[in-house]
Formats: sequence, C-alpha cells, structure tokens
Amino acid sequence: MEMAVEIQDLKKSFDGGKSFVLNGIDLVIPADKITMLIGFSGTGKSVLMKHILGLMKPTSGNIKVFGKNLSQRSEQELIALRCQMGVLFQHAALFDDMSVIENVLFPLSEHRRDLSKARRLEIARHKLKVTGMDREHDQKLPAEISGGMQKRVGLARALALDPKILLYDEPTTGLDPILTEMVDNLILDTHKLHKGATSLVISHDLMAAFRLGDYIVMLDKGKVLLRGTKEEFLNTDNEFIRKFIDKGIRRS
Amino acid sequence: MKKFFYEVGSTTLFFTDSVRLMFAKPSRMPDMIRHMKFIGNDSVIIICLTGVFTGLAMSYQIYIGFNLVNATNLVGPTVALGIFKELAPVLTGLIVAARAGGAMAAQIGTMRVSEQIDALEVMGVNPIQYLSSPRVLAAVLTLPLLCGIFDIVAIQASELLCVNLLDLDKAIFWNKIELWIRPRDVMEGLIKAAVFGLTFATVCCKTGFYTKGGAKGVGDTTNKGVVYSMVLIIVLNLLVSNLIRLYFSLVESF
Ligand SMILES: Nc1ncnc2c1ncn2[C@@H]1O[C@H](COP(=O)(O)OP(=O)(O)OP(=O)(O)O)[C@@H](O)[C@H]1O
Ligand SMILES: [Mg+2]
Repeated sequence: MEMAVEIQDLKKSFDGGKSFVLNGIDLVIPADKITMLIGFSGTGKSVLMKHILGLMKPTSGNIKVFGKNLSQRSEQELIALRCQMGVLFQHAALFDDMSVIENVLFPLSEHRRDLSKARRLEIARHKLKVTGMDREHDQKLPAEISGGMQKRVGLARALALDPKILLYDEPTTGLDPILTEMVDNLILDTHKLHKGATSLVISHDLMAAFRLGDYIVMLDKGKVLLRGTKEEFLNTDNEFIRKFIDKGIRRS
Repeated sequence: MKKFFYEVGSTTLFFTDSVRLMFAKPSRMPDMIRHMKFIGNDSVIIICLTGVFTGLAMSYQIYIGFNLVNATNLVGPTVALGIFKELAPVLTGLIVAARAGGAMAAQIGTMRVSEQIDALEVMGVNPIQYLSSPRVLAAVLTLPLLCGIFDIVAIQASELLCVNLLDLDKAIFWNKIELWIRPRDVMEGLIKAAVFGLTFATVCCKTGFYTKGGAKGVGDTTNKGVVYSMVLIIVLNLLVSNLIRLYFSLVESF
C-alpha cells in the first residue's frame, strides 16, 4: 500500500524539553483512504496536524510526506507541497475581511494566475455548490453566516486547488446532530469525488470514526495507542480503549 | 535583559523579512494602496487638527518670549524650524502609531489566534509577505506625506495668528522664513517621518504576528505594539536627527 504520510518517532516540546506534547509518534497514513485521528481534548491532535503541514518544526523525529522528508524540502518545495494539501481548521479560519466567494477565490488567485478571472470564479462557485452553499450568500462576510456555513465555506476553500491530502480538524465539534451528519456525509462525498485523495479527520467522536474511517488512530498522552480498522478496535483488549469505546456507545 | 535582546533580535529579523519580501511575487500593490488609504487618507483630518493647534500654541508662546527681547520678527522662522524638524514628524508618528499601528496589531493578532495566519501558510502564502510587507511599505510612503500636510497647516495657522492677532507684518513673516529655513530642514522632518512610519509598522505587525492566546492576547498585543512604537519613536527621534545632521555635514564638507 502506498503511504501519503510517514511519521517516525516524532517528539514535540513547547517548553524546551521539560514536557512533551508529542512523545514519540510512529504513524503511517495510507494514500487514498480515510484515516480518523481520535483522542481526548488536549492530547496533541491539532499539534500533530500542524507538524504534517510543516507549520510546526518537530523537536526530534521525521515526517515524510509523499516519500520525502519535510526538513529536506526547500521553501519552494514546501509551498508546492502545501498547494496539494487542503485544510479545514477547527474554527474554519475564514479571512474575516473577505466575503464568502473571495475566501474561496483566494487560493486560486494566489496560485492559479494562469487561469482567467472568469474561470477562477467559475471554479470557486462550483466548489461552493459542491459543499452546499447557495449563491445568495456569496457576498456575505464570514461573521454574517452561521457556524455550519462557515465550515462549508472553509471546506470549499480547502478544496479550491484540488488537493491530494485533505485534513479536517474536528469538523463537527460544536455542530448540532443534523449538521454533524451532514458534515460527515460531506467528508465521505468529498472523499469519493476526489479520486486518489487522502483524508485525515481529527475527531473525538468515536461513532463518526467508526462510520467514516478506513483506519482509526487513537492518540493518548502524546503516543499512538492503537492504529487499526474498526474491527481491530472493537476486539482490542486494551483497557483504556475499551473504556473510550463503551463511553462512546453509551452516549449514542 | 535577555528578553530585551530577544525582542530586538526578533524584531530585526521580522523587519529584514518584511523588506526582503516587499517586492516578491505575487505583487501586493492593491493591498498596499488599501493600507495607504487607511494609514494616510483616514488620518488627514486628525493630522490637520493637531497641526492647526500646535501651530497656534507654539506661535503664541514664542511670540511672548521674543516680545520681551524685541525680536518678534524672528517668530516665523523659529516656529517653522520647531515644527518642520521636530514637532511635525514626532506628532505625526505618535498619532498615526496610535491610530493605525493599534489597528494593525489588533487585526494581525486576531488573524493569529483564529488560525487565519496558519490558513495563509497552508495555502502556500508567506504571511509576512502578505500581511507585513505592504503595511510597512505603505507606512513609509504615507508618513512623509502626512508630515508635509502637518507642516503646511501648522505654518498657515501660525501666520494667521501672528498677522491677524499679534500684528506682525505678513511680508516680514514670510521673508524671514525664507531667509532662515533651508530645504534640508524640511527634508530632515520628512525623512524622520518615514523612519517613524517604518518603526511603528514593523513593531505593530511583529507584535501582532506573535500573539498568543485568545482575545486577551490580542488586547495585550495591541497595547504592547502601541506603547513600544511610541517609546521607540521618541527615542529614535534624537538619534535620527543627529544621524541626518551628520550626513548633511559630511555631504557639505566634500
Ligand atoms: N503553540 C503552542 N504553544 C504551547 N503549547 C501548545 C501550543 N499548541 C498546543 N499546545 C499545547 O499542546 C497540547 C495539545 O494541544 P492540541 O491543540 O494539539 O490538542 P487537541 O488534541 O487538538 O485538543 P482539542 O480536541 O481540544 O482540539 C495542549 O496542552 C496545548 O496546551
Ligand atoms: Mg484541536
């Protein structure tokens, strides 16, 4: 199986080595599949994602994306690589001085100047349509649309450059059950639509992880507790994971 | 002390990055013009207001003093020198730093805490080139213009007071100014204004850029950016004046 991301013994400390947020992560993320990253709040899921994106530098360890070490890539290569990654941030992170359509246009006007203005607008409009945003909201500012809509616009923006790796940081946290299901379906649809795309979804919703994930990774105290399929998770004898699963099942 | 050197170092690095990336592709011209409008156009009224009242107050004080020694003919040039070389650039710098600098720090800080800067980076956009460079360039270009407006407005106000209320002769007022003020005195003020623009834009963008933690962080950042800028402007004023004077005296000696 081809691997999109390979992480070896990744460690990260924010206080110069006193405590480690990530404490020796070994992980592979297969291409073309949905991998779910679960774990309690504060276990370093977002930090791990920022390392994959190259936004944070590891204290020690290696991260390979598409077979090449991040630390060995030049600035130029890193930019090119990032154009192949789309990210939906935890709070959407839309540019608040730009309208909805301008937000989606932004990555296009940064990297696809070869296309005509009309063509770029067409692509942006199409991405918004795919994620279920009506035309009537195009000119609104992010502050004027609901949280669920912001997530959709964020996803449309992440999809603008047709990325090969899609990362979602808790896409459904803070949404109501109906919206949650909608976003989950959106992730599935997006994955099917973008053939060959790798998805990494951060979540602390176990049921969603079982429903969406080809593979599930459980993070705890800066280490990978278990990586496997749904069956492997259900049959594990790890005390901690059993508790996590029981809690998840009882809640739903 | 260690923290002080760290601040100075990181600000210098941030500054060199901003300048290095100023003309990098893709061009940020439209953004820069937008920032120039915000820094410049939107400050004109407050600069004019400050200019008028500074000109009036200073003329009156100097008139009282010079009247004692019967040298009221020299009120014009003295006021002009004080305004062109010191008051106009410093006051312009301070006012715009508080107004536009605070806004810069708050805006960039908010972008940091709401992950918008991360989003920029993920999209392969250099956030310093996108956020800081156009602001710094806009401030450098705009402040001399504002300072020039301050000069003109203040000296006009001074003339108004001296000629109409203090009964000085209008022709003598302007003649003496022409006699005593050299173009380089005006230049000195304008150069200083440009340096102050550079200072506050760099400091405010940098503090905003490294904001940590929520709304409180943004508040702290704004506060810090404005205070550092103001102190730096006042301190740099003396330094830059002397450097410019040194430069002119070197040029003249050749
Ligand atoms: N820039 C930073 N500087 C210092 N500490 C940080 C930084 N970013 C994250 N941390 C610390 O790293 C730990 C993990 O944070 P992270 O945001 O990755 O958690 P998470 O697993 O994403 O949690 P959540 O589910 O709440 O989003 C936290 O204890 C946090 O305090
Ligand atoms: Mg998180």
